[in-house]
Amino acid sequence: MCGMCTVRCPIRVEVDDGRATWIEGNPYILGRSLCGKGSAGLAFHYREERPQGPMIRQGLRGGGQWKRVTWDTALDYVAEKLGRIIDRHGGRSLFLSCRGGPFLDLPKTFLKAVGSPNFTNHDASCARNVHHASLSLYGLGRKAFNYDFKNCRHLVLYGRNMFESLKVKEAKDLMNSIASGMKLTYIDVRQTVTGSKASRFWMVRPGTDYALNLGLIHAVIKEKAYDTAFVDRWCTGFSDLSEFVAPYSPEWAEKETGIPAEEIAAFVQELKEERPRVVFHPGWMLARYMDSFYANRTTHILNVLMGNVETEGGQIVAKGPGDYGKPGLNVLADLPPEVTERRADGVGWKYTHFDPGPGLFHLFYKAILNEEPYPIKAYISYRHDPLTGFPDREAQRAALDKLELIVALDAKFGETTWYGDVILPLSGYLEKDSPIAAQKGKIPRFIVRRKAIEPLYDSRAEWWIFRELAKRMGVGKYFPYDTPEELWAFQLKGTGYTIADFEEKGFVDLAEEAISFDRKDQLKFKTASGKIELKSPNLEKAGFPSFAPYRRPKPIPEGSFRLVFGRHAIHAHGHTQNNPLLHEIFPENTLWMNRDAAGKLEIRDGDLVEVSAGGIKAEIMARITPFIHPEAVFTVHGFGRTVPLLKRAFGVGLADQRMAKGCLEKYDPVGGGIAYLESMVTVRKKMLPKEKAA
Amino acid sequence: MSQYVLFQDIDRCIGCYSCEVHCKANKDLPDGPRLCRIFQVGPKRVGKVPRTAFPFIACFHCEKPWCVPVCPTGAIQKRPEDGIVFIDNAKCIGCRQCIYACPWGIPQWNPETCQVVKCDMCKDRIDQGLLPACVTKCITGCLYLDKKEDMPEERRRQHEAIVSIYPESSE
Repeated sequence: MCGMCTVRCPIRVEVDDGRATWIEGNPYILGRSLCGKGSAGLAFHYREERPQGPMIRQGLRGGGQWKRVTWDTALDYVAEKLGRIIDRHGGRSLFLSCRGGPFLDLPKTFLKAVGSPNFTNHDASCARNVHHASLSLYGLGRKAFNYDFKNCRHLVLYGRNMFESLKVKEAKDLMNSIASGMKLTYIDVRQTVTGSKASRFWMVRPGTDYALNLGLIHAVIKEKAYDTAFVDRWCTGFSDLSEFVAPYSPEWAEKETGIPAEEIAAFVQELKEERPRVVFHPGWMLARYMDSFYANRTTHILNVLMGNVETEGGQIVAKGPGDYGKPGLNVLADLPPEVTERRADGVGWKYTHFDPGPGLFHLFYKAILNEEPYPIKAYISYRHDPLTGFPDREAQRAALDKLELIVALDAKFGETTWYGDVILPLSGYLEKDSPIAAQKGKIPRFIVRRKAIEPLYDSRAEWWIFRELAKRMGVGKYFPYDTPEELWAFQLKGTGYTIADFEEKGFVDLAEEAISFDRKDQLKFKTASGKIELKSPNLEKAGFPSFAPYRRPKPIPEGSFRLVFGRHAIHAHGHTQNNPLLHEIFPENTLWMNRDAAGKLEIRDGDLVEVSAGGIKAEIMARITPFIHPEAVFTVHGFGRTVPLLKRAFGVGLADQRMAKGCLEKYDPVGGGIAYLESMVTVRKKMLPKEKAA
Repeated sequence: MSQYVLFQDIDRCIGCYSCEVHCKANKDLPDGPRLCRIFQVGPKRVGKVPRTAFPFIACFHCEKPWCVPVCPTGAIQKRPEDGIVFIDNAKCIGCRQCIYACPWGIPQWNPETCQVVKCDMCKDRIDQGLLPACVTKCITGCLYLDKKEDMPEERRRQHEAIVSIYPESSE
């Protein structure tokens, strides 16, 4: 399984005399296709600067003075310090964050074993709003559905930039569908590569996605473009919805969004013909404004109105082993006793409308600073770099500085890793075995990552690190294995499979033929009513309306912009800027500016500009284009690294997250997602000394 | 021209630059030489939707390659059996004559080996019955290798597919 980004595409690796020489997509799943980052995995392992052994900080946090130590010394140090913190403040004073994914059993087991409820992940900076919106409708999270792009007739994307935030399988399917005539409507504040393959492009005013959706729902209902049978059978609150959207006509939406009412009308006429084989993809990163929860919720509602649930070309319910009458993998986290302590982020007791699974990462900072509901003193960052992913470095550091221990498990030098007290270097993904992962889908699958090469440096795999730490904390019994083979055997016990079944393809499919649920009576929604709750008692109980009135974004002052960030196909967020092969193709980000807006500021293409927000300033080269909304500027995320060891990425480009001052406090109260775009930046032309003199 | 054509279906290309990385990773090349290139053209307005195109350029493996006769050691040569133009590393003395001779800027300098390196269509892979690295791993299948005599048929097939999807495209 690839490890260059968190998609984790399945790969096949060729090794010659102990050295990896070729990486390709798993031939059985991807037909050997792979993205550039995937191929650059060789350069990551052999040519990139990465931690080469355990290190303990010597000087100030972030000062970069490290002492190389043995694994025994490092683990003893962590266990001793953590032990003392737990003695004084309890297991609950530790929290751990990660990047999500299929290998969470190990960290979750460790936390549970030491008595902490505080597992969290990066998702407040990503798809929380989408997820919570999905829960409020279906009682199911956002991953409960797969999208059948292959048979879809019309795909609608809201900034979900599928050809630049690449998932190899998805991009392949999408291109095949486009080539065979699928329509693609792409909605964004700027044109992207994905949008350039679309049949329709709507450049929407930043922060008005919700208005667009209200106008769309209005038109869909008025034109009877929805699936009445499906809505009657499966939805509650349709009449409330109809009543609510009555004032929000396409003509009204045009005034808010800038998208012509007649184009909305033409679009809705197409849907009438094409549904149910229509998908409104809720994406992830629409979650950037204070009302993004409702924007996402209405995107999900449009899917429901299309009647596309469990239908060809629509949303397919992702099935697990249980749906096929098969046992799932055994889970280590079932072994330690349940932790009854309340979460420090307040999720599950103070905030009952949020999913307590990973809670909300940024609320831990609040807990650290206020020692409310109890003191948090130790933090393990496991492959997660909040100083890159979350806004406002200064505010984050102020909280991190109150911690007595920061431990970073990382295969790279992330910004947060660099700010830690102890670095426990993870082996690269070619250098380690990982636990077996279960993947839901049309047909559920077990898949495994096997070690392809020996570690180049003194690094370890997480199955080893968490076990060793647990042993030292006196809870080693919850990690009842000594080798990955024993861990796999534990996971597979009772499933009827052994690791030998993975030998040929790297995965096993749990069935040969896909099943479908009957849309009349077999759909299972985990809401109280068992239906899709357009009107949500859960939300209303928590004090939030099911349908929130639209609020127009505040006008933006002249010379100010919303700083929108996104992806380029060659980089994975902040993971890849220092990779030699990827750096060569895309070394530095630029600032996209609208031609007319830039003209007013006398900024020309290629000019150096100064971007500032809340006392933070950075320089970047302007790229002028008519294809970005005048209220927005755009840059590719992940640049402006401050770790001096990263010899290519250090100090290059602009770090957008540093500009989102104060945004650690700004999040959608209903969805929980950070509202990055609720802060403005100002842009001005940077005069070079020579120009100033002239 | 070689017996093979490395062809790009530009409508399917998503400009992900993966081919460039697949190539460099396969040849284990340092910073500097890039044996195939994607160039971004656009975005510019085409009808109602701004479009961006990403043409792919690699060695053309010319019928009469200018790089070959200028090589003083015979390192750069055209394979008689299939016309692939390649460099024999054992013979390359790094004089760069081929770099100056090529009108397309195809041969590239490798600062690590102080030799010239160029696209050889991954002939070692072709000889094993495999496809070049860029073609093998292309995400959307926009790159492919074909025998030159089969190309007109392939182009006809593509054109037919385009015409049949967009009946109004003749407007």
